[in-house]
Amino acid sequence: MLEITCPYCGKRAQKEFTYAGDAGAERPNLETGTNQDWFEFVYLRDNPRGLHDELWHHSAGCRRLIKVRRDVVTHEIIDTGAPSDSLSTGAS
Amino acid sequence: MSHQPFRNPTGGNIDRSQPLTFTFDGKVYQGYSGDTLASALMANGVKLLARSFKYHRPRGLSGYGVEESNVLVQLRTGARSEPNIPATRVELYEGLVAESQNRWPSLHFDIGAVNSKLSGLFPSGFYYKTFMWPAKFWPFYEHAIRHIAGMGKSPTLEDPDSYTHNYRHCDVLIAGGGPAGLMAALSAGQSGARVILCDENADFGGMLRGRRDTIRGKSGPEWVADTVAQLAAMENVRLLRRTTAAGYYDHNLIVLDERVADHKATPENHEPRHRIWHVRAKEVVLATGSIERPLVFADNDRPGVMLTSAAQAYANAHGALAGRRAVIFTNNASAYAAAADLKAAGIEVQAIVDLRDSLETPELEIAANANIGVLNRHVVVAAHGAKSVHSVTVMPVDSNTTPVGEAQEILCDVVCLSGGWTPSVHLFSQSRGKLCYDETLSAFVPDKSFQRERSAGACQGAFQLDACLHEGAKAGAQAAVAAGFATTAADVPRCSADAVVKPRLLWAIPTPDHLHGGKQFVDLQNDVTAADVGLAYQEGYRSVEHLKRYTTLGMGTDQGRTSNVNGLAIMAGHRAEAITAVGTTTFRQPFTPIPMGAVAGLNAHDHVAPVRTTPLHHWHESMGSPFAPTGQWLRPQGYPKDGETLEQAAMREAKHVREKVGIVDVSTLGKIDVQGPDAIEFLNRVYINSFSNLAVGKCRYGVMLREDGLVDDDGVVTRLAENRYMITTTTTHASAVMNRLEYLLDVDWPSLNVHLLSVTDDWSGIAIAGPHSRTVLTKLTAADLSNSAVPFMGYAEIDVDGVPVRLFRISFSGELAYEINMAPNATRTVWDALLKAGANQEIIPYGLEAMNVLRIEKGHVVGGELNGRTTADGLGFGKMISTKKAFVGKVPARRAGLTRDDIHQLVGLVPTDEKTRIPRGAQLIADPKATKPVAMQGEVTSQCMSPNLGHPIALALLNGGRARHGETLKAHSPITGQTVTVTVTNPIFIDPQGERLRG
Repeated sequence: MLEITCPYCGKRAQKEFTYAGDAGAERPNLETGTNQDWFEFVYLRDNPRGLHDELWHHSAGCRRLIKVRRDVVTHEIIDTGAPSDSLSTGAS
Repeated sequence: MSHQPFRNPTGGNIDRSQPLTFTFDGKVYQGYSGDTLASALMANGVKLLARSFKYHRPRGLSGYGVEESNVLVQLRTGARSEPNIPATRVELYEGLVAESQNRWPSLHFDIGAVNSKLSGLFPSGFYYKTFMWPAKFWPFYEHAIRHIAGMGKSPTLEDPDSYTHNYRHCDVLIAGGGPAGLMAALSAGQSGARVILCDENADFGGMLRGRRDTIRGKSGPEWVADTVAQLAAMENVRLLRRTTAAGYYDHNLIVLDERVADHKATPENHEPRHRIWHVRAKEVVLATGSIERPLVFADNDRPGVMLTSAAQAYANAHGALAGRRAVIFTNNASAYAAAADLKAAGIEVQAIVDLRDSLETPELEIAANANIGVLNRHVVVAAHGAKSVHSVTVMPVDSNTTPVGEAQEILCDVVCLSGGWTPSVHLFSQSRGKLCYDETLSAFVPDKSFQRERSAGACQGAFQLDACLHEGAKAGAQAAVAAGFATTAADVPRCSADAVVKPRLLWAIPTPDHLHGGKQFVDLQNDVTAADVGLAYQEGYRSVEHLKRYTTLGMGTDQGRTSNVNGLAIMAGHRAEAITAVGTTTFRQPFTPIPMGAVAGLNAHDHVAPVRTTPLHHWHESMGSPFAPTGQWLRPQGYPKDGETLEQAAMREAKHVREKVGIVDVSTLGKIDVQGPDAIEFLNRVYINSFSNLAVGKCRYGVMLREDGLVDDDGVVTRLAENRYMITTTTTHASAVMNRLEYLLDVDWPSLNVHLLSVTDDWSGIAIAGPHSRTVLTKLTAADLSNSAVPFMGYAEIDVDGVPVRLFRISFSGELAYEINMAPNATRTVWDALLKAGANQEIIPYGLEAMNVLRIEKGHVVGGELNGRTTADGLGFGKMISTKKAFVGKVPARRAGLTRDDIHQLVGLVPTDEKTRIPRGAQLIADPKATKPVAMQGEVTSQCMSPNLGHPIALALLNGGRARHGETLKAHSPITGQTVTVTVTNPIFIDPQGERLRG
């Protein structure tokens, strides 16, 4: 059970959140996106070992979407922020 | 009855002034307050307490606490009956009832014991090998095997007790309240940190409860009492007794299982039976102690063979004697003090049989002072006896630990084993800490921490009391400092010295030829022997995980607490590798079993999921309407009268609405308020149709696609003001749609200035439908409801019977209709007013079923058609799709597979005989007699008897259906076996031009 820091609310238990997918997936432009762009966006995801940027919906909290940089091996959460924020790499 | 032949008149932490009566296997016994079921049975001289899992061998107590492998009992009776509870974990209370398990007809005469005589037939993997063929008989075999190899019985009655969950944050959590845990709590407590100290037993003290140490000149239990009193006086320290730290999870979440009322006959004063604590700790101290290991030799499972520390604890803490004459068999020094304790308690210690070559002065002094003979460089090669051990065979060993020379038989009724100690690293390992193998201790100990925790005392291999106290004090201070508090280690009291554990190893004592045939048990609970481990090796199951699953070594309620290391070591021997190379199996949560009721907590019965009811719920109830669960909602299905069935009521109601007027509760529809200067742009991006020209005060039907181009949901968009819209969603998709819209705004289009608010619960809804609906409504309002003032798809804010409402001229039924939204607490007022005002028009309430009939007659789609596999064009929304703007799903919806002519398209179906009901879920096929596989062309999604047409109808999705109106097909239900001949029609059965709703 993770403990996730919501940038708007602070530290909260995982059960307040709903996983909302890969934060790295880039939505094609509605006007200019091609069929191939959409195919990749809808169906293709990387499954990296190690650091992964993901979106979490604070569904039982402020209801904002947040970006979480998590090490999927250790479950360590390196940084969190708004979806458009650039997150820390954790290297110190 | 009160005579307890194996109870000393004094000594121990029991209250002899409080006798307690209990029943085991129907026989009444007496014990004392402070006893466990195990200690009370021992005091009464009951040695045969269980039959083993596979061979039904007679078994007695093997341990003192959670490590007990043999004596699992069925505790209590009736609804509170609970199987597989170790007797060592049951605190005695007045009237306790327990039964032995896995025997028939009785413990003393058990038919299943024939398995033991036939044991040559039951090697490891026997069941897999024998009963796997033919596979279809497995359910039969399984039933029979479960009966013989069963454990206890699950209660069949509903659990009458309640369970609850608590959530806490703390600075320092200490798991285990022995000497190390108590010292850690003192150190951390004095720093001001919020401390939780939990211990699985009724009293703190851990190993001090069962030994005769002295600390600061007092006995162990006296020092514990002083220390606990000191801790209890600290406001920042919470002490939890009978509370097991059961699971260590990510980000320092530790789950504790508190047995609030298990030590009572029934919970009192509405207390829960168990309380689960979810503790998020900044820092953790693990002080979980260690468990003694047995030694493996022939027939080492006879009743009376037990861990040395167990016999010692029964004697010291309960004044209960395991027998009259004991033989101690050890490979390390820790057994000597225990032997002296047993002797002091009145057990004749025949000999200490010690595997080691040379002994050290301290232990020799203990033996000499207690006048106990020591046979060093000797082993016990076999135990003898059936329902109780009566003797052992002892032999010398040579320098290779092979038994050689003359065997001697020693009479005894207790055999105490000490094969070294296994640190309880379960929590450490669950926290993903790395273990290493300590050759000196011959045990796995914590190596590298993964989370914010540290181990102290015996659980990291520091077995001496002095070391436990020091390590505990240090670890508690370290944890507090790491959590941000300034402190130093608490003062460590002086204590008595105890032996250093350095076992000499011989993992399975070879059985000499003349004693051939005895079983050398490694895992008592699962009847796994040293030979079984050898067989697993021979058959190639050599990894520890394979070994476990093939032999069941380490499974069951004790999870291999006593057998794990012995089993791994024997496998390592076969593999001729170091134990480190063999490794250990994964330790998983929970440490000890947790009742399912405790896991569920309050989330049981009606509280499994929230139930949502509309403001009119009680009215529907009072009218006798049944309710249909729709997501979390309960929706009224209809109002049967005069003995009608629900379907008859629905037919009547649906007919009445088309002819006159009816009202229906539509409060459950999802409603989202959309506001902001970019609201229109936002709506245009999420719906397939355009809202750019939607005027204020107008409604428009809209359809949303998913990212993959298939239909997601539909609803009505109403423009309330320049930059304010309300959109509706289907009842069941409301939260999913909200989530998706929030995602789009937050993640993908943050530049859009739009705010969303779910207002489903802020606006209740009533639909009034039927040719007389305007007439009825006009009676309750001064507002102009004419077609010019409020046309079809118009919107107005008016008063109805004095209640301000939002009025939408929309129609799900296909009739002249309005939807009225109002404040929830005004709903009943409006509902009653409509019923009263409509009396002359014969207004009726109608339910979900009639509404469904009306919408099927109109070809309106709901969940069955919006099934996640249909396209907008397939459902008939092709003309709505805007070509002038981009929207979610537009590009993927144009994929070739979604635009072919032969994909699922919405059609109507009518049985050709105009009589037979079309089976729900039926497949549409051309010829049921065709050679299988028969090509499935479509499926029935909704069906009903149409009261307004007078024959059954259905909606269906049919390959290329739009071009096939008039065609004849078979609707076949593989479930009912029915086949009905149907004609394909337009899905809109009534008023396809929409004249009625514009009326």
